[in-house]
Amino acid sequence: MFGTLTDGGWAAGQWQMLRPMLLGSVVSLEVFALTLALSIPLSIPIAFGRMSKWAPLRRLVNGYLLVMRGTPLILQILFAYFAPYYILGVSIYTRFAAVIVAFVLNYAAYFAEIFRGGIESIPRGQWEAAQVLGFTPAQTFFRIVLPQVVKRTLPAVGNEVITLVKDTALAQTIGVAELFRAAQTISAARFSVVPIFVAGAFYFLMNGVVSVVFNHLERRLSYYS
Amino acid sequence: MSATPPVSPEPVVEVAGLVKDYGGLRVLHGIDLTVARGEVVAVIGPSGGGKSTLLRCVTHLEPVTGGTIRIGGKTLVRDGIYADRHTLREACLHMGLVFQNFNLFPHFSVLRNLTEAQIHVLGRTREDAEARARDLLAKAGLATKESSYPCELSGGQQQRAAIARALALDPEVLFFDEPTSALDPELTQEILGVIRGLAAEKMTMVIVTHEMAFARDVADRILFMDGGVVVEQGPARELIDSPKVERTKAFLRRFGG
Ligand SMILES: Nc1ncnc2c1ncn2[C@@H]1O[C@H](COP(=O)(O)OP(=O)(O)OP(=O)(O)O)[C@@H](O)[C@H]1O
Ligand SMILES: [Mg+2]
Repeated sequence: MFGTLTDGGWAAGQWQMLRPMLLGSVVSLEVFALTLALSIPLSIPIAFGRMSKWAPLRRLVNGYLLVMRGTPLILQILFAYFAPYYILGVSIYTRFAAVIVAFVLNYAAYFAEIFRGGIESIPRGQWEAAQVLGFTPAQTFFRIVLPQVVKRTLPAVGNEVITLVKDTALAQTIGVAELFRAAQTISAARFSVVPIFVAGAFYFLMNGVVSVVFNHLERRLSYYS
Repeated sequence: MSATPPVSPEPVVEVAGLVKDYGGLRVLHGIDLTVARGEVVAVIGPSGGGKSTLLRCVTHLEPVTGGTIRIGGKTLVRDGIYADRHTLREACLHMGLVFQNFNLFPHFSVLRNLTEAQIHVLGRTREDAEARARDLLAKAGLATKESSYPCELSGGQQQRAAIARALALDPEVLFFDEPTSALDPELTQEILGVIRGLAAEKMTMVIVTHEMAFARDVADRILFMDGGVVVEQGPARELIDSPKVERTKAFLRRFGG
C-alpha cells in the first residue's frame, strides 16, 4: 500500500482509491434505476390483484405481499440467488440479475400497497362519472384515476425511493461490487475510514437529488386539491 | 318544431319490469317507465324508495336483476340479459348523468373536463371539442372559468360545469340524481334555472329531486316512488295538487308540497 503511493505518486494513489468506488457507484445507480423502472410498472397489476374480486388471486397476491414485506430484503437477495441454484443445480443468472430480481419483487410489493391505498382513496364517483361519459375502464384508469393517485401517493413513493437509495448497499450480500462494498474493501486495505465517509456522502447527495426531484413533482401537481 | 310529421315518435327511454336485488333484498319491484322525446319526467319519493337505484340501473352503473331497458332505440338489456359490449356502449352514448356531488375531474381544467370525453370517446378533433365546450360554457355562464380547476369553483358553478360536460356529448336523454341536494338555497335556484332552460330547449330529461315546486313547474310528468315501486304517476301539476293515492298524499304533506 505504501508502495503504490510512492510508486505512482499521490494522484495515482487517489485514483486507485476512487476508481473502484466510481465503478461501485455506477453499479449502485444501476440497481437503483433498474429497480425503480421495473418495480413501479409491476406494482400496478399487483395492486389490482390485491383488490381483485376473485378470492384465489387476491389470496395469492396477499401471500406474496406478506412474505415480501415480512422478511428482510437481505434474506430475499440470498434466496433469489441461491434458491434456483439449489433447486435446479445450476446458476441460471448472474449475481447482479439475482439482486435485481430480489429488489424488484420487494419494492413492487411496497409500491403496490401504496398504490392500492391511493386507488382506493379515489371516490367511486370519479369512476362512475367517467364510465357514464363513455370512457373504457382502461381509459378511466389511465386518464382519470392514475393521475390523481400519483398526486396522492407522491410523498409515500418519495419515502420508498429514498429507502431504495440506501438499500442498494445490500447488493453486496451476494458479492455484487456496489459502492459500499468498494468503500469497505478500500477502507480495510488502507486502514482508513475515509472511503466509508465518501460512500456516505454519495448516498446523501443522491438522496438530495431524489428530494429535489420529488419536491419539484409535488409542486407541479399542486395546481389542484 | 320540425318538418317531419308527428308519427308517434319512438320513446327515448323504455324501461319495462325492471327488477333489482341487492343480495337477498329486492329494491326495485318491476318498474315501468317510458320517456318520450322532449319530455321532462321528475321522480320523487321518500329516502330509500329506489330512485337512485332506478337511475343507476338505467345508466348501466348497476347491473339489473331482471327487466328490459331500451335507450334511444338500442336495447341495453332484455329480460335481464345484457346486450353485447358494442351495443351496450352505443346505448350508453345516448345518455348522460348528472350527479348530486358533481364528480368533475379535479385534475383537469373546466375546459378539459368538457373536451376529454369528446376527444377520447367520440373521436372529435380537439378544435371541434373545444368549440363545443366553449359554446356550452358560455351558455352556462362559465365563459371566464374555462381554465379554472374545479376546486376553484363554487358548488353551483361546479354543477353547471358538470351539466355542460354531460351535454357536450350530445346525449338524447339526461338523467339527474338530486342535482341540487349538495347546494345551498341560492345555488339550488341557479341550477334549477339551468335545468329549466334545458326543458325549454326540449331536452329529454329524467330528474330525481326533492324540489316539489320545481318538479311541478318544469316536469311534464311526475313519478312517485316508494318501496321500490311506482306508487303513482301523472301530469306534474295534477300529481302535486291532487294526488290520488294515500301514500303520495302523506309524502307531499310532509314535504309541504
Ligand atoms: N349498494 C347497495 N347495496 C345494498 N343496498 C343498497 C345499495 N344501494 C342502495 N341500496 C338500498 O336500496 C334501497 C333504495 O336505495 P336508493 O338509494 O335507490 O333510494 P333513493 O330513493 O335514491 O333514496 P334517497 O332519496 O335517500 O337518495 C335502499 O333500501 C338502500 O338501502
Ligand atoms: Mg338517491
